[in-house]
Amino acid sequence: MQIDWFPLWLSLRVAAVSTILSFCIGLALAYILANRTFRGKELLDAAVTLPLVLPPTVLGYYLLVAFGRESILGRLHETVFGSPLVFTAEAAVVAAIFHSAPLLIKSARAALESVDHTYEQAGRTLGASELRLFFEVSLPLAWRSILAATALAFARALGDFGVTIMIAGNIPHRTQTVAVAIYDAVEAGNGQTARVLVLVISAVTLLILTLANRLGSGFLPTRQGVR
Amino acid sequence: MIQARLRRQFPAGSDSAAFSLDIEFATKDGITALFGPSGSGKTLTLDCIAGFVRPDEGRILLDDLILFDAQTRVNVPPRQRRCGYVFQNYALFPHMTLRRNLAFAVEMWPRLERHRKIAGMLEKFRLTDLAGRKPHELSGGQKQRCSIARAMIGGPKILLLDEPAAGLDAPLRAELYEILRQVRAEFGIPMLLVTHSMDECFELADQMLILREGRVVQSGPPANVCDRPANLDVARLLGIYNILAVEIRSLDPSRNTSVLRYGDFDIGGEYYPGRLRGDRIHVAVAPQQLRAVPKEGKLAPHQMPAQLLRVIEAPQTARLEFAGGLNVEMNRSDYERTKHAKEWAIEFPARSLRVL
Repeated sequence: MQIDWFPLWLSLRVAAVSTILSFCIGLALAYILANRTFRGKELLDAAVTLPLVLPPTVLGYYLLVAFGRESILGRLHETVFGSPLVFTAEAAVVAAIFHSAPLLIKSARAALESVDHTYEQAGRTLGASELRLFFEVSLPLAWRSILAATALAFARALGDFGVTIMIAGNIPHRTQTVAVAIYDAVEAGNGQTARVLVLVISAVTLLILTLANRLGSGFLPTRQGVR
Repeated sequence: MIQARLRRQFPAGSDSAAFSLDIEFATKDGITALFGPSGSGKTLTLDCIAGFVRPDEGRILLDDLILFDAQTRVNVPPRQRRCGYVFQNYALFPHMTLRRNLAFAVEMWPRLERHRKIAGMLEKFRLTDLAGRKPHELSGGQKQRCSIARAMIGGPKILLLDEPAAGLDAPLRAELYEILRQVRAEFGIPMLLVTHSMDECFELADQMLILREGRVVQSGPPANVCDRPANLDVARLLGIYNILAVEIRSLDPSRNTSVLRYGDFDIGGEYYPGRLRGDRIHVAVAPQQLRAVPKEGKLAPHQMPAQLLRVIEAPQTARLEFAGGLNVEMNRSDYERTKHAKEWAIEFPARSLRVL
């Protein structure tokens, strides 16, 4: 029988775009959480962790309210791009970001915090600005762990179901990602499609996790690694 | 020149006792050693000057520049303070070559000037052949030289060194001292050196500050401090003295003598002005100034019998440790002659006892 590969292709694209966006947003948030002290830092930290523990449907509901056609953000999107955001492939990207970015932020923060403090202090005495310190010292030293975290985030983005179905829906050949397609296939009694997609997505994810592990276990400068 | 008055309170934490730093000092060019036991606030003082730690109160003046002033709320950020800092673990950026490490400190200079400076520093610190290597490919001494070169390349107004000799073996330490003397001669900036080695103070320092529990307890040239410890605490900290608790039995100003009771024995001392008979005082005497002799027959008046516990032999000297915490140091050759003695007596030269 013919298997429709569109969901897999869509999932990979959604995961790729969302990972790029998560990386940019996540790195900025991780930097702030790792280096700055300010009022409400704990609240921000908790808010960042929230998507990891909330039921996906709850998260999806919030996003539906926030990005719906009646909302400010929804209307803004519609004015700028000429079409609503919800129930499109972009909505799937938004869902994937919220699903995967928290993982990236948490790991990237830990990676940045594990960089020995004295390197940053040394950099300061040598006249470097905080921005230069981040890009030339902290980031290169934490680079492998952050890359590993990004790979994890990609794998997680690939597998989102709950949030995606809430705000992107299940529209074949438009918003049907692989997780949703598997659910759909099982519901429709289409066992073979479900089996193939399950095996393929498992293999892809396993590959990514292996890669992430290999990256993470490599050189990671910690206190012992100074001399 | 640096002038600093620093006060900083640390409340007791779950794993640390409360600590307060309260020091004031001024130094000129040359090397000033901050000497003291662990936890006396030496590194904290450096960190306040470098700007890593903000004092609660006080003022830091470097030449005519105010780095910190609590009253007027001036607090120059570390990157603008122009303080060179040599960290205990060198803190060379591990992902950069030695040349890049140096270049990092002069990134803001024009290209040509930058290259000239880097080449000059590499030359001066004998690093030219190693410029392309990363820190993990360097030996301890090379890393040490590189970290000093990096700290100096931006033209700092002061060099702060946090126990640079810790963990180095003797030849490397000698090399480090040579470099520091070179830096002192060529750059003419004040250097603050954190150390807990008295030998290092003697070897390098023009001035020393003795810190204890966050306070300066004595300052001055190392030789002066060593000869005249200000009080019992300082004498103990220096770790180079036998300290004896004695009671004054008699004082004779006309003959400039005294008799001091130490345990069950009388030892002869000088006349100590301002002391009274019956006073309990502490006297310090260096191990080199005491004499240990084999006990033969009757004891002379200035001799005291002592039980030898153990002997620590060094290439030049032998250090005899007696019961009651008395240490005597003598030439190895003298020791070789007398080493078979079964019983020992210690002689106290009257003029060597220093009242604390």
